[in-house]
This record gives sequence, C-alpha cells and structure tokens, in this order.
Amino acid sequence: MREIDVKELTERVAKGCIDACYYLPEGVLSRLEKAMDSEESPLGCQVLRTIVDNAKLAKKKSVPLCQDTGLTVVYLEIGQDVHFIGGDLYTAINEGVARGYVDGYLRKSSVDDPVFDRKNTGNNTPAIIHCKIVPGDKVHVIVFPKGCGSENMGQLRMLKPADGLDGIIKFVLEAVSSAGPNPCPPVTVGVGIGGNLEKSADLAKFALLRNIGEHNANPKYAELEDRLLELVNKTGVGPAGLGGTTTAIAVNVEYAPTHIGSLPCTVILNCHAARRAEFTI
Amino acid sequence: MSEIKKITTPLTEETLKGLHAGDFVQITGPIYTARDAAHKRMYEALGKGEKLPFDVRNQVIYYVGPTPTKPGEIVGSAGPTTSGRMDKYTPAMLEQGIKGMIGKGLRGKEVIDACKKHGAVYFVAIGGAAAVISQSIRSEEMIAYEDLGPEAIRKYEVVDFPAIVGIDIEGNDTYKIEMAKYRKLED
Repeated sequence: MREIDVKELTERVAKGCIDACYYLPEGVLSRLEKAMDSEESPLGCQVLRTIVDNAKLAKKKSVPLCQDTGLTVVYLEIGQDVHFIGGDLYTAINEGVARGYVDGYLRKSSVDDPVFDRKNTGNNTPAIIHCKIVPGDKVHVIVFPKGCGSENMGQLRMLKPADGLDGIIKFVLEAVSSAGPNPCPPVTVGVGIGGNLEKSADLAKFALLRNIGEHNANPKYAELEDRLLELVNKTGVGPAGLGGTTTAIAVNVEYAPTHIGSLPCTVILNCHAARRAEFTI
Repeated sequence: MSEIKKITTPLTEETLKGLHAGDFVQITGPIYTARDAAHKRMYEALGKGEKLPFDVRNQVIYYVGPTPTKPGEIVGSAGPTTSGRMDKYTPAMLEQGIKGMIGKGLRGKEVIDACKKHGAVYFVAIGGAAAVISQSIRSEEMIAYEDLGPEAIRKYEVVDFPAIVGIDIEGNDTYKIEMAKYRKLED
C-alpha cells in the first residue's frame, strides 16, 4: 500500500490545465508543419501556417492558444495499491481545475444547469473525471481540455451488424463531412466501435488521448485507421474547412466486444489544438 | 493568392458591394463581441420591444468569448467561435441593421437568405488561431451584460483583423465552394 496525498494531485492538475492550454504538444505541432508539404490547397497551406504560427506565439507568450479552453476532462489510472489521504479525490481534482483556470487566466466555460439557468460556475468545474483501476501503486493522469466546437460535432450511431465495415466507414466519412469547418480541422478523429451505447462513446473519447503516431495494437484496426485517414482526407474539408487535402492529422480507432445483435459506433472529433498534459505520481 | 482588401467599420454599402466570397480582408475599426448568451438576451429584448444595448446599425459582431486578460496584455486570447449556434438569432439581428458577422463554421440557409436580403456579409476567421488574432485587437471596452463573463458584449478596436469573406451579399458561400474543389470521394 502506497499513500498519496490528494493535495499533490490538486497541484499537478492545476499545472496540467495551464500547460495543456498554453503549449501544444510537439508531436502535434510537427505533424501540422509537415502537413504543409502535402496540402494541395494554397489557402489550406496558408491556414496551416497560421495555425502553426499561432501555437508558437502562444508558447512564446505563455497564453492560451485558443480562447475555448474547454470543459476539463481528467483521466486517472489508479494503481490498486494506492491509498489516497488528505481529503476527497474528486474534490481535490476539481480544486486543481479551479486553481488552474483561475490562476492561468483560462476561460471558464462550464454552466451549472444545461437547460434552465445555464449559469457559469466561474471556475470551470466540475471536471469530467474518468477513473480506471489498474495494477500497481502509481497514479497516471491525463488532463484533456476539450472545446465545444469539435465536441458538438460528435455522432453516435447504433449500426446493425450487417452494416459491417462498410457501414462504419460510411458513418465516419459522413460525420467528418457534415461537420465541415465547425470542429476546426485538421482534426483528430476518435472512433469507438463495439461495446454498448455508452461504451462506444467512451472508447471514441479515449481514442483521442493517444500521442501522435500511435496506432491500435491490433493490425486489422491499425490498417483501418490508415484507410480511414486516407478517405477522410478526400472529403475536401481541409484546414479550417476552407478546402484542401488535410482534413485530419490522425484517425484513432478503439474497439470492444459487443452484443450479438449490435454494432455501436461513435465518432468524436478533436480540433487541431489537440491539447493534453499528463503526469505520473 | 488574392490581394488583401483593407476595410473599415462601420461598414458602408459601397464596401459591402465590393466584397466577394473568398476575398482576404483586414478589418480596422470598432467591432462588438457577442456569442450565445448575449444573442439570446438581445433576441429576447427585441421580442419584448426593448432597445438593444448598443447602436447596431452598420456594425460588425464578432462571435467570441475571450479568455481573461493577463496582466500586461490588452486582451486575452480571442478567436472565433462556431457561428451556426447564432443562426436562430441572426435574421433578427440583421433586421436591426448589423452588416457584418465574424465567426467560423457553416451558416444555415436562413442566414444566407438574410445576408442577401439585408446586404450583410459573414466573415470567416481561423478557428483556434486566437493568439495570432488577438494581436490585431488594440483596445477593449465593456458595453453590456457584464454578468455574462466571457459572453458579455465588449467593444474591440481592431487594426488589420485578418478574415476571409465567407458569405457575400449575393449569398455565395466560400466554405461550400472551396470544399467542393478538393472533394475526391464518390457520393
């Protein structure tokens, strides 16, 4: 049994929120820069240049690269031999989010009630917290601020098993095409296949957490990712949706066993500002 | 790459006539920020026969909710938000005399029709380029609805704010035109 004081989580989460919103991961930046070599649209190239310049300027000035600093999604992998002390885990994480968004001059984008009042909570809490128990005595955390421009373009469809691979491909292309410029392309496409309704959404979001260049470990799904990326880049959407051949920088597929009568499929998009920060305690 | 057209706000009929879908523009002058909650409030005010909180005639609305201003900065990061969420309110705003909107993303038919009817233009700014865009904002002033925080109405004085004409007064839609050029899938 290893004791971890939740106050450490508060501090690290606060810093993670700020770092994620100011500093675009290097892998994402270099992928966007590389995309300029293959982009066929001159306007698309100009958009990519602006996006890259923006990320560099934000880093230099230590300011948010996008004004939508998102709802804060926090993924925790908690070793089963960890014992949290010093307070309530979820309160500590939300305290970290509040501190990060206030101290880091990040935008507070959370409203308390979705329908009736829509009053801003003032500190971007509550975070959306996902916990997974794993072997070991460490805690791994990913802070994932997610803007609504891309989140609003997500889609879930309960396909039929008979729809199969073709149905999945058609659905993904429809989702990306109909989203057009709204999710701020070049996007990362997260695809969750299988499980049940909520599991497929979980998988699609989880797929977005991968670092650039990582593929599904199953060769069949890795191949599907390549095929989908090629097709998505033929939709014409392009950088900022102003036309071009760089609509996505990655398509990440996650899958899970499902019911004999089901083929759930969810597509969640992430904008070109594929922000994240991670740490291990 | 087409030449950049420098334009000033408030917009004149002559300026609007000279703008075509796909044109690069640099906007100089005052623009007013408003997004979801401010639009809802203005729309409801109009419904009750009340006046809008500023004289909107010939003005430009920027769909943005900036981050808070860091000490030493003029403004926070202030890039465009998705315009389609304002579609419901836009015909009423254009009816009141707004002549320009800045945002990102697709607009509905009701907005394209209203642009044609009222001779208004939709400008597209690059989503997620907030740090770069903020450099063109030279001052900010609170105008109304301060309680809405990032969604309050602010007046920005901008110099050479970079944008592209997304929908012109004839209803031509840059997104549709440009995306179709590069589509290589069979429908």
